[in-house]
Amino acid sequence: MKQRLVVIGNGMAGARTVEEILSRGGEFDITMFGDEPYGNYNRIMLSNVLAGIEDESGIFLNDLSWYAENGITLHTGVRIERIDRHARMVYGSDGSATGYDKLIIATGSSAFVPPIKGAHVPGRGYHQGVFVFRTLDDTRAMIRYAREHERAVVIGGGLLGLEAARGLQNHLGHVTLVHAAGHLMNAQLNVQAGKTLQATVEQKLGIEVVVDGMTTEILGKHAVTGVKLGDGRIIDCDVVVMAAGIRPNSAVAADSGLVVERGIVVDDRMRAVDEDDIYVVGECAQHRDQVYGLVAPLWEQARVLADQITGTDPGAAYHGSQVATKLKVAGVDVASMGLRGPESADDELIEFAEPKRGIYKNVVIRDGRLVGATLIGDNGKATALIKAFEKGLPLPANRSELLFDLGGPAAEENVAEMPDDEQVCNCNGVSKGALKSCVDGGCKTVSGVMDATRAGKGCGTCKPLVQRIVEWAAGGAVEEDPAASYYVPGVPMPKSELMAAIRQYELKSVSAVFGKLGGDEDAKSKMGLASLLKMMWGASYVDERDARFINDRVHGNIQRDGTFSVVPQMKGGVTTPSDLKRIAEVAERHGVPMVKLTGGQRIDLLGIPKEKLPQIWAELDMPSGYAYAKSFRTVKTCVGSDFCRFGVGDSTALGIALEERYQGVEGPGKMKLAVTGCPRNCAEAYVKDLGVVAIDGGKWEIYVGGAAGAHVRKGDLLTTVGSADEVITLTGRFLQYYRESANWLERTYAWVPRVGIDRIRAVVVDDSDGIAADLDARMDETVAAYVDPWKERAEPATPGQFRTSLPLTVLPQVPVRA
Amino acid sequence: MRTSVILGSLHDIPLGEGRTFAVDGAMIAVFRLRDGSLRALSAVCPHKGGPLADGQIDLKQVVCPLHLNAWDLTTGCSLSGQPPVTVYPVRVDNDSIILDV
Repeated sequence: MKQRLVVIGNGMAGARTVEEILSRGGEFDITMFGDEPYGNYNRIMLSNVLAGIEDESGIFLNDLSWYAENGITLHTGVRIERIDRHARMVYGSDGSATGYDKLIIATGSSAFVPPIKGAHVPGRGYHQGVFVFRTLDDTRAMIRYAREHERAVVIGGGLLGLEAARGLQNHLGHVTLVHAAGHLMNAQLNVQAGKTLQATVEQKLGIEVVVDGMTTEILGKHAVTGVKLGDGRIIDCDVVVMAAGIRPNSAVAADSGLVVERGIVVDDRMRAVDEDDIYVVGECAQHRDQVYGLVAPLWEQARVLADQITGTDPGAAYHGSQVATKLKVAGVDVASMGLRGPESADDELIEFAEPKRGIYKNVVIRDGRLVGATLIGDNGKATALIKAFEKGLPLPANRSELLFDLGGPAAEENVAEMPDDEQVCNCNGVSKGALKSCVDGGCKTVSGVMDATRAGKGCGTCKPLVQRIVEWAAGGAVEEDPAASYYVPGVPMPKSELMAAIRQYELKSVSAVFGKLGGDEDAKSKMGLASLLKMMWGASYVDERDARFINDRVHGNIQRDGTFSVVPQMKGGVTTPSDLKRIAEVAERHGVPMVKLTGGQRIDLLGIPKEKLPQIWAELDMPSGYAYAKSFRTVKTCVGSDFCRFGVGDSTALGIALEERYQGVEGPGKMKLAVTGCPRNCAEAYVKDLGVVAIDGGKWEIYVGGAAGAHVRKGDLLTTVGSADEVITLTGRFLQYYRESANWLERTYAWVPRVGIDRIRAVVVDDSDGIAADLDARMDETVAAYVDPWKERAEPATPGQFRTSLPLTVLPQVPVRA
Repeated sequence: MRTSVILGSLHDIPLGEGRTFAVDGAMIAVFRLRDGSLRALSAVCPHKGGPLADGQIDLKQVVCPLHLNAWDLTTGCSLSGQPPVTVYPVRVDNDSIILDV
């Protein structure tokens, strides 16, 4: 027989917990009691209902059919008045008695009403015109009343009060916000942030704000006529909204003998103290002296509770939440987390204020970790700061990067305001609406959504936007994908750890890595592992051909019709009449469908069937240009000093020398280089993975981390050197450092800013870590091991290596036997 | 009525890779998994016509080389929201690949 589970409370915490239990296949007979006469709705959205942005119907999370479909008995409008822990019964306001085996208390909280004279009328509840702002019914009553009146006072300048004030403006002409403390949102913000918020609220929204205002009395005989403050001031009004905070609903628990302090005290398993079968979740729970009033901790608690009650994970524990919030408070962007300001002399405070635009930002750093941050008026950096705060990530040496996007892309779009049909992923045609429905369908990780929709799986430029949309759609319930930090999804380790394990166990093939470290092999991880192992072991790497992507198996770039492109090497973009003739003859002889110049100054023969590749290579008799691999690609050059009247350095010769030396070197991503003979930059060296610019006086500047593809970035100046030889050496050392440090498919435009140009310069140019000689030696080994893959043509490396996979040509038909 | 076809020798397919065979006008991709077993699927990716036999595999899935959509090798169901592909029973007999169509 199924166990009986009773849930007291049908709010966000109760319903979410039940959803978590159902998703774990929990087998219970579930009965839920809700004080309010509705299904379950998103209380956070009441501000939007008040502001007229959202319709009431849009805020319901689970309608009544959800309860029926999941076999849940729901009693709405019934308040549980007593719990008998010994008899395992709960008693309702309707006279009902219900037995349980397991009990969840999710009673939430109520509006806190300070003891102000005149707030209540004896025997009649609130004075006419006085409201709290907590439930859907409160909101409806407030809207109805406000529409027929003119001036409102909101008591309480916290989050809720600001939202109430903003919403009321929608229904009447004049709103005053009265706050007892010295600045708005004093629980989350420091004085300056609070003042900045106040200025915006007053000037942009037209809400009058009174701080240091203790309300002592509500005036009016039959209906409200005004409020009186402690200093004697009287503010005329006909509507009063109390938004002075919330208090946990713990009376039932206390009356029933549970341990209650500010809230109902729970342990790390979300169980009430000394109770094996009573769990508590949400705003009514007090965990390690903390009571939370935000939604994110509630989601975490619900997961732990569900893991425990279903026995899915008996080790699950709630350790408390780092509370970080990113909100629009009354139309103003506000993000806050951790400390409001420095608390000791060693704490670093980085602060920026631009009062005219209503912007204030600060971060507080302790021992190199972010321990607090506030953003007012500009939430652009909020997601990054929250991540750094929650995970304790290392911070950039240039602290101002925490507050600003320096030289980065333009300001982020507001995802909430994007239309549903707006295309987010322009490679795979995925709209914001498609991402949202994927999240609504239960997919709560960024990588899961990307896998399911293909969004962000093309050029990858939209990944940050996809991430923000998923976070927005999940309403703060986005789940961390542990695989995000792995080098490849199939082996649960970041790159440095993986490399250490590969060395320790001497794993020289991809199958050996899976066997020792990853369990089941994973198709999507093979290519990254093959690249890494080849880099690490060089000649002793055990090359399993199935670990290669098709491009690397047949040394050409696969095209949309299954044919391949053939790009012969053309060092520095310099060719000869005889080479051109040979390419032309081969193209003509084989009827090559398209001959095209590439962006990397080479010639591309497109539309070559797989089975013809060896023959074409043989007839060309030129080395591969590697226009298909995650490897060193080309060095684009200008005509340099030989012919150009502006050239100050022989860029062509240097480009050819670089390509000669580093041809075919594989890495985590493509490496595109350029050398240009003067700062006019005709070879576009500023936007290459590594670009070299000749400057007057026989010197060369080396730029790294540039890009001009899906992502555009000007490279950072690594250093300036006095000779071509130094350029060649530093290029090799930089590329080797990149190969060893960057994540799989992480191009230099992402890796350089992640590691920081200062750090890279220290390692590569100044040899701060003493590893320059080792990097050089390992690059020398790689260079020495270079073999032109197009020599692999006389004898296929595997059976059927070049056999067609599509009906491009007629295959030998296999006789059919009946 | 079910017919059996000998496609060729097991050694025509390198371990962990796939090869395409034409059977009675149909193109069939046969994969040799690293555990030694075989799987056979319709050879053409239903998304944009990619050659599935050129895709990378593991014990569960094949990933099309063109746009990295994935299919379950045993059921033919897409793992990335695409239509399914046909699966064919395939076995090894004395080093010969036998397909039932």
